[in-house]
Amino acid sequence: MAYPITFWKIALLLGVAAISVAAQADTGKLLLTGGVSTIEGAAGGGLSPWAVIGTNATDGEKGAAVHVTRASTKDYGLNSAGAVIGFNNQYELSFARQAFNTGITGPQLGVQNLILKQTILGVKARVAGDAVLNSDTWKPQIAVGAQFKSLDSSGLDATLTTLGAKRAGVDLYASATKLFLAQGILVNGTLRATKANQSGLLGFGASLGGANDKYRVMPELSVAYLLSSRIAIGAEYRAMPNNLQVAGQAAGLGQGLQGDAWRDFFIAWAPSKNFSLTAAYVNLGRIVPGTTAGRSQTGTYVSAQLAF
Amino acid sequence: MKSFSITLATFVLAILCTSLTHAQSVGPSAARDNSLYVALGEKTGIVQLSDDFVTRLVADKRMRPFFEKTNLPHFKLQLADQVCMVSGGPCVYKGADMKSSHANFDIAKADFNALVEVLQQSMDAKGIPFRTQNRLLALLAPMHREVITVQ
Repeated sequence: MAYPITFWKIALLLGVAAISVAAQADTGKLLLTGGVSTIEGAAGGGLSPWAVIGTNATDGEKGAAVHVTRASTKDYGLNSAGAVIGFNNQYELSFARQAFNTGITGPQLGVQNLILKQTILGVKARVAGDAVLNSDTWKPQIAVGAQFKSLDSSGLDATLTTLGAKRAGVDLYASATKLFLAQGILVNGTLRATKANQSGLLGFGASLGGANDKYRVMPELSVAYLLSSRIAIGAEYRAMPNNLQVAGQAAGLGQGLQGDAWRDFFIAWAPSKNFSLTAAYVNLGRIVPGTTAGRSQTGTYVSAQLAF
Repeated sequence: MKSFSITLATFVLAILCTSLTHAQSVGPSAARDNSLYVALGEKTGIVQLSDDFVTRLVADKRMRPFFEKTNLPHFKLQLADQVCMVSGGPCVYKGADMKSSHANFDIAKADFNALVEVLQQSMDAKGIPFRTQNRLLALLAPMHREVITVQ
């Protein structure tokens, strides 16, 4: 499952494609209806992918967008940068590169300056509906997607091996998005089949101590309210598997590797079609509580997106 | 909190999925409510909006090509009648249906969205509150099925 070289080749191709797509301007989607860039690259809210196809491009068009995101919690920092390309409002390719600064946790595991780096390639296909224009029905827009994730080799490798966690994994998801236009309320539900621990930053699955090393289907929910055509506020909830808890217990760490759901309250602002800023209060729950006194990782999230 | 959120998420998904098989239309009965018509400033407000909107349409470089052969004064009146009727007002739109009136144009979704954008600008200019704008857009947006001719 180690495929970093292929990853970078595809990332490079995607980057070149994004630049060439960007050369053609004048795409025609309504403001904010392409969502923003999630921390994993796909279009959606901040934490959860939506059924919308990213970028401003609509039917018959190609579009590209790039993002940079920074989340800072009590003990950790997560940076993400990436790109997304939308084709014909039907298919989406995305890429994100993440760097997770483990703060005080690294040294406590015997690794100084432990920064975990993850690469995520995403594909998404709209299979039905139009989230925005079909305002006379309850039918949502539906999309299916996959995220191919790979964690770089790091000082954490030995620990992950002991826990029986892998360094690469694939998430599969289905999303339904509906804009209740008259009310200005957008709702998205996503079901994700995943093994990822903390989205993959702590590896995929775990087998030590009989931990459930299988795919689990986790629900994600986003709700947004449009305050104006340029500003939306909302909240997200993303459930996560908790495989590391059992493995951690077997490794003698007690509840030290317990994980929780991620959630946020966000405000997104699109001063123009080409630029959006998202700020959020995030609560990523406990992340390696054994080294962080069981603190919930609350903090801030800021993301900027440039769309072509 | 956690189990509640999971329940909520599952519930919303269930509603969305169920609605796939039981698609409901907001029927004409909803149009008997004239509160949107009143919120748009009744006939006077709607005629002013229609004037402003059409003026902006022909000034917009994306939209202008579609209106080169249009009788603008007539179009403004028809548009006002249509908005008045859809919003629950006492007017009757007597023009051609959406399908045949757009059949001779190559209209893509990008063009439809551009028109919505211009309408939003016009409603902003007329001081129509965002919520009222969205109520009107929600009644007009489904027309994309008849208006868009290029997939």
